[in-house]
Amino acid sequence: MTETLQLHTSALSRRSFLVTTGGASIAVAFGGLPDDAFGATVAPAAKGNYKPNAWVTIAADGTVSIISPASEMGQGVMTSMPVLVAEDMDADWRKVRIVQAPADAKNYGNPGFGGAQVTGGSRTTPGYYQMLRLVGAQTRKIILASAAGMLNVPVSELTTEPNKVVHKRSGRTLGYGDIAKTGKLPDPLPQATADDLKPVAQWRYIGNPKMTRIDVPSKVDGSAKFGMDMQLPNMLYGAVLRAPVQGEKPETIDDAAAKAVKGVMQIVPLPYGVGIIGQTVEATKKAKDLLKVTWTNSSKVRSYTSDKLLEEYRSIARDLGKTGVDVHKEGDAPAAIAGAAKVIAVDYLSDHVYHATMEPMNATALVKGDTVEIWAPTQSPSITQGFGARMAGTTPDKVKVNTTLLGGGFGRRTEGDFIVDAVSLAKAVQGRPVKVIWSREDDVQHDKYRPLEAQHVQVGLDANGNIVGWRHRIVAQSIFARTFPAQFEKGGGQDGSVTEGLEFNYHVPAHLVEYIRQDNGQDVGFWRAVGPGYTKFGVECVIDEIAAAKGVDPLAFRLELLKDQPRARKVIETVAKMAEWDRKRDGRALGIAYSDAWGAHCAQIAEVSLNRQSGEIRVHNVWCAVDPGVAIQPLNIEAQMIGAITHGASHALFEQINFVNGEVQESNFDTYRVMRMSETPDIKVTVMPTPENPPTGLGEVGLPPTGPAIANAVARLTGGVRLRHYPFLPERVKAALSA
Amino acid sequence: MTAFTINGRAVDVAAEPDTPLLWVIREHLKLTGTKFGCGVAQCGACTVHIDGEPTRSCQTQLQDVAGKKVTTIEGLSPKSNHPLQKAWIAEQVPQCGYCQSGQIMQAAALLKKNPKPTREQIVEHMDGNICRCGTYVRIISAIQRAAREA
Repeated sequence: MTETLQLHTSALSRRSFLVTTGGASIAVAFGGLPDDAFGATVAPAAKGNYKPNAWVTIAADGTVSIISPASEMGQGVMTSMPVLVAEDMDADWRKVRIVQAPADAKNYGNPGFGGAQVTGGSRTTPGYYQMLRLVGAQTRKIILASAAGMLNVPVSELTTEPNKVVHKRSGRTLGYGDIAKTGKLPDPLPQATADDLKPVAQWRYIGNPKMTRIDVPSKVDGSAKFGMDMQLPNMLYGAVLRAPVQGEKPETIDDAAAKAVKGVMQIVPLPYGVGIIGQTVEATKKAKDLLKVTWTNSSKVRSYTSDKLLEEYRSIARDLGKTGVDVHKEGDAPAAIAGAAKVIAVDYLSDHVYHATMEPMNATALVKGDTVEIWAPTQSPSITQGFGARMAGTTPDKVKVNTTLLGGGFGRRTEGDFIVDAVSLAKAVQGRPVKVIWSREDDVQHDKYRPLEAQHVQVGLDANGNIVGWRHRIVAQSIFARTFPAQFEKGGGQDGSVTEGLEFNYHVPAHLVEYIRQDNGQDVGFWRAVGPGYTKFGVECVIDEIAAAKGVDPLAFRLELLKDQPRARKVIETVAKMAEWDRKRDGRALGIAYSDAWGAHCAQIAEVSLNRQSGEIRVHNVWCAVDPGVAIQPLNIEAQMIGAITHGASHALFEQINFVNGEVQESNFDTYRVMRMSETPDIKVTVMPTPENPPTGLGEVGLPPTGPAIANAVARLTGGVRLRHYPFLPERVKAALSA
Repeated sequence: MTAFTINGRAVDVAAEPDTPLLWVIREHLKLTGTKFGCGVAQCGACTVHIDGEPTRSCQTQLQDVAGKKVTTIEGLSPKSNHPLQKAWIAEQVPQCGYCQSGQIMQAAALLKKNPKPTREQIVEHMDGNICRCGTYVRIISAIQRAAREA
């Protein structure tokens, strides 16, 4: 089965938004500042008739319900997006109740995603920022107009304080609840423009270092509800035995033993596996192990062996006769390199990596005739709606999607495969909800992995060691070709997710980036910091290789290449101070890397030591300075950096998926190693807001620099031993040491 | 039927005796704070206390807890006010939050035996619990805070 879905959603302009009354169906939590941190509960949206627009409802008691449009997967958007509305409408945050948006792209889609409801690609904050602040500003103008009518004074004489309108001249005030009780919505509704937004100096919530996350209290007492936690009356359980190799189908199914398990109700053949429906989760799991299935043997993926393939990719990257698409072209880099006094030519490689969300894939679906209801930890209600409709043979408007909390996303939950499972099985037992749970082994072996990729980099230097040309070739499969085929075609075969990060802020006189796409049949997908996760490995290590060839300090060299980039220079200078860059360490060394991905500026320094006998690298400390533009929630930004650095160190040191003849060799956390507490460096973060710049997304920004900072530190520790292949497994480190 | 006590409540469960305790807790008793992460005792998301000992419920069968006292995250403290829960909020530990019930139950067992653990003792005790969001640095801070403030 091909798992592609085109998004057909209308684009919303950033400046205008539809003023409609929108009902909110499920509420997730409400909360406030640290003093009342225990206030969060699962509660329905406050009842109220005062609905200035699709985002805000005010109740007579002053409770302000605000829609959270994006999926909360740990990155904090359930707080940071509603905060934007609350700020500009001057709501009292302690009276705010946050309501998860239903699937309704028309009202709640991300302008940064062409209006689709998708959470990913670090696009939530930059996509919604201006729009949600305008929603807040418009809400405030509507409230003021209502109040003016009630007080019989001109609007121009009114101001607001949190949750109340103040008429200074008469000393009268009206609470937002009072206005909601008896106020009339003005007709026509006033609109808001950028001039109506609160100036930075008046912000109460945006940038407030005390702002905590509203979802945190529910995550310390077990009350937070993830997709896995769905409980519905008459609910059944589902499991799916999947073909061991992508593209294969069941040929023969012997389900006698499986059917004999107490509680098993139905065996459902699927185009890609065999489903089991039962009354208990343990029955479906037992039955799954007892199924005897033979599979077809015709999939192209049968020849997919990752280590061989990576060598092929490397050869293609090195073979300049093999052409692809130009991603970026400035000057004539090949000519400049041909005429250079010295050429550095190196390869950087990375293996497949797995998402490893702590919550394995799951979804719950209920099918009744042509209507479908889905409860899912999904990064995209829009995509879920599309898959639900397709599988049930109905239209998206008949598919209701309830987005739960996500136990990790990292790009994995933009996919539709777990939705397809749930709807397919629910269709077989019309009228009863089915919760389908993947085992960890299913999750490891049937992921949409980050692409396997090889980079070949050539940098030409003049007699003084100055860069004259930079040519960067990357070979990998495409993610967009599968997930957004129409856009991929229209874009002439560009895949911004795969090649992101190869363009950079460094000043070089000639620069060529080429993408040579492969198609080997195995699905690849988005990952946390997909492209920059490996492209910055290549870029940032090559910068250090050039500095070494030139005999200059790599940090000073970066500052020189970033002469016209004051924000970049500032994060690098700051991290240098934090780490005491010039201080020598006994048996340890520092390495630096910088990333400009997603428009943020992030510099990191890693401090490492190395066991030369075992080949094991130990990362002791990572220092990080980040300029995200507006810093909406500084405390959460620090958390995102700590998390992404841990993730970045983990994938650089340990993480690897191996395919042999189309079958994944790893199966659980015993064979797929992720970073544990004892391996985690101490991490120090400095958040350096520049409120005059728009905010960037921050879930991914911290990941790309960590790996190259580690590799650059190892090179400085060992007198130039370069690690050029993720992950830095001990045997690879030993091989590099003895090369 | 298997009888045991969960969060101070006596229960009698009709599931097969070899059913993993994890599924009994989550799907039969509907206490969903305890999480399924790996099923093979590699990640710690399913950690509960059995007679006070931190235990991976995915590798414990229903029949093993007959007559015993099981405590889940829902039963850790009467009002979600265990020193660790307060410290977890103060340090803003959770991101996705999925592993945190297991982390807190694992940490609670440590503080019970060793109210003032060193950093090394914390790391050693917590190393079996995976957090993919990478909250380890703040988990350590929160355990230290709870030890300090308890």
